[in-house]
Amino acid sequence: MSERILLAHGSGGKLSHELVEKTMLRAFFNPYLSKLDDSAILDLSGRLAFTTDSYVVDPIFFPGGDIGRLAVCGTVNDLAMVGATPLYLSLSLIIEEGFSQDDLRRILDSIRRAAEEAGVEIVTGDTKVVHRGKADGIFINTAGLGVVPEGIEISGSNARPGDKVILSGPIGDHGIAVLSRREGLSFSTELESDVAPLNKLVAQMLEACPRIRCLRDPTRGGLATTLNELAKQSRVSIQLEEEKIPVREEVRAACEMLGLDPLYVANEGKLVAIVPDSDAATVLHIMHQNPYAREAAVIGEVRQGRPGRITLKTRFGTSRIVDMLTGDPLPRIC
Amino acid sequence: MKFIDEFRRSELAQGLVCRIRQNSKRRARFMEFCGGHTVTILKHGIRQLLPPTIEMLSGPGCPVCVTDNADLDKAIALAHIPGVLLATFGDMLKVPGSHSSLQKAKAEGADVRIVYSSLDALELARQNPRKEVVFLGIGFETTAPGIAASILQAEQEELKNFYVLSLHKLCPPVIRALLDSGEVRLHGFILPGHVSAIIGSKAWEFLAKDYGIPGVVSGFEPLDVLQCVDMLVSQIENGGSRVEIAYRRGVKPEGNLRAQELMYRVFEPCPARWRGIGEVPDSGLRLRPEFARFDAELVFSPDPGPTLEPKGCICGDILRGVKTPRDCRLFARVCTPENPVGPCMVSSEGSCAAYYLYGLNDE
Repeated sequence: MSERILLAHGSGGKLSHELVEKTMLRAFFNPYLSKLDDSAILDLSGRLAFTTDSYVVDPIFFPGGDIGRLAVCGTVNDLAMVGATPLYLSLSLIIEEGFSQDDLRRILDSIRRAAEEAGVEIVTGDTKVVHRGKADGIFINTAGLGVVPEGIEISGSNARPGDKVILSGPIGDHGIAVLSRREGLSFSTELESDVAPLNKLVAQMLEACPRIRCLRDPTRGGLATTLNELAKQSRVSIQLEEEKIPVREEVRAACEMLGLDPLYVANEGKLVAIVPDSDAATVLHIMHQNPYAREAAVIGEVRQGRPGRITLKTRFGTSRIVDMLTGDPLPRIC
Repeated sequence: MKFIDEFRRSELAQGLVCRIRQNSKRRARFMEFCGGHTVTILKHGIRQLLPPTIEMLSGPGCPVCVTDNADLDKAIALAHIPGVLLATFGDMLKVPGSHSSLQKAKAEGADVRIVYSSLDALELARQNPRKEVVFLGIGFETTAPGIAASILQAEQEELKNFYVLSLHKLCPPVIRALLDSGEVRLHGFILPGHVSAIIGSKAWEFLAKDYGIPGVVSGFEPLDVLQCVDMLVSQIENGGSRVEIAYRRGVKPEGNLRAQELMYRVFEPCPARWRGIGEVPDSGLRLRPEFARFDAELVFSPDPGPTLEPKGCICGDILRGVKTPRDCRLFARVCTPENPVGPCMVSSEGSCAAYYLYGLNDE
């Protein structure tokens, strides 16, 4: 049986130091961290983007990823969605007493690999251990700092009528992959979470088209909720075309079985971009070169219409509204 | 064969729509009994495809919606009994009863767990031998056989801490009650596919025989519903009144005999209260006397206190097909999925929720 995390690992004493030096420093070695001072001192200038997020995913290991990769990608993507170049992350762990040290090492390794892929450094961190039952295995918080290049103005309130809505790939993979491993609900699927850092994709898109109006990653609440937010913020309406929205067969089937709608299922490696009509083809072309956006597609357009209203043109030529997610998506009963 | 895409092909839909438009001459009002059909119809905008001669009404086929407040209060009272673990389908959690909801009871400390099947509840009973596990048995003929099976399983395993609060309802008797009331004039029924998979299309023969109204059993994909409407229209135009199946991949005339046998081995028909409709004889299922020890109502005698109905809510009228959600003054103003006043706004198969989520309700 593997070694367990003890309360003493978070107490600030010898075991804490051992954990930091043997595990953390080894995983994330960099000059900021290795100084072991109370704060990292960073030399930054320009417009800074700053964000934070906490990760409590259950289960912590799921097909295609784990809580560690998620904790890096989620925060990196939040920075990328305002056009920032992500640079530095903080990493706070809240670990339940008795957590497996092997699992912790696996998670830290995954964090290291995701950070390398995204090109960010973990420059500060903290570890707390709480009594058994006071947390569910491990919770992670990351905060991120990035710099917004000059001339980039991305905001959810920038969409204009006539703009095109681009989605970077099929929706629902993350939510369904996680659900497939949840206790009491296990079903077998080949599906993997799409969790991925999107900052390099965004950089390529911005290089090709600095005029991108809005970027957002449709995480919790799914595509429908993200588009509702953008339409509300920009006071515009958006018309979607059902047939243009990519959804994998496996996701569609699982959603039918569980009574869910893919439009509301979470993603962790997708983005929505709203771009001027004239730039749509260029942006799409650039996206198709990136492995995380090979299946990118124009899924709709921004209209004058009623502010905040999302309509969907179905494959039958009819239309309906697409509202925000309300509550937790619950399974149907008959 | 793909079971989703094949039934959503737009060129086939266009063909059916053309035929319906060509054939439909007389005005006809159809009721889709089942909430699942209401969702399909609104989600895919099927009403927009139908000619003005055809009017579609939503019926009472949502098990969550038709659960009477008094029964709901009983479930909430059960959840509050110390030592009880109440296992329920997720849809029930937010439904407001007279004074509270299961969601609120949970926040107040009651042990309420969401399960996907009664077999999960059985597993909870095995894992928590010190808890009294009560499964909230809500549903139609579709869910009842599975719950009967879990009771038989519990008996076989001699599980002493598994109970069911049976609020099950049967569909044919309530359709009869709707027709007998004479409140709504209907020319045809879109009959529930999953319920009919159990009870068979023969269980609906009374529609044609006693009332002269055609009925067609339908699946839940857009093409299923369109085919069903097409079959109803052709009966109407030719003066027919038969019960037919437009869902042959799921339903046989005699239904699932094994499931029926299971259901009636454990349950027997009893009078049941339906929200908005009242008490309907032989429209519920209670545990047979030999299974009384599994009956949560008998074992725990929950005391829910007086029943209150939400003010201004017209869920009852909507369930009877007398009114639509748009006729309700609370709809989308006071009553929303976040803050539901009545059950039809909570359930994923409730008419109000479907209108709210998919309907272009204010245009």
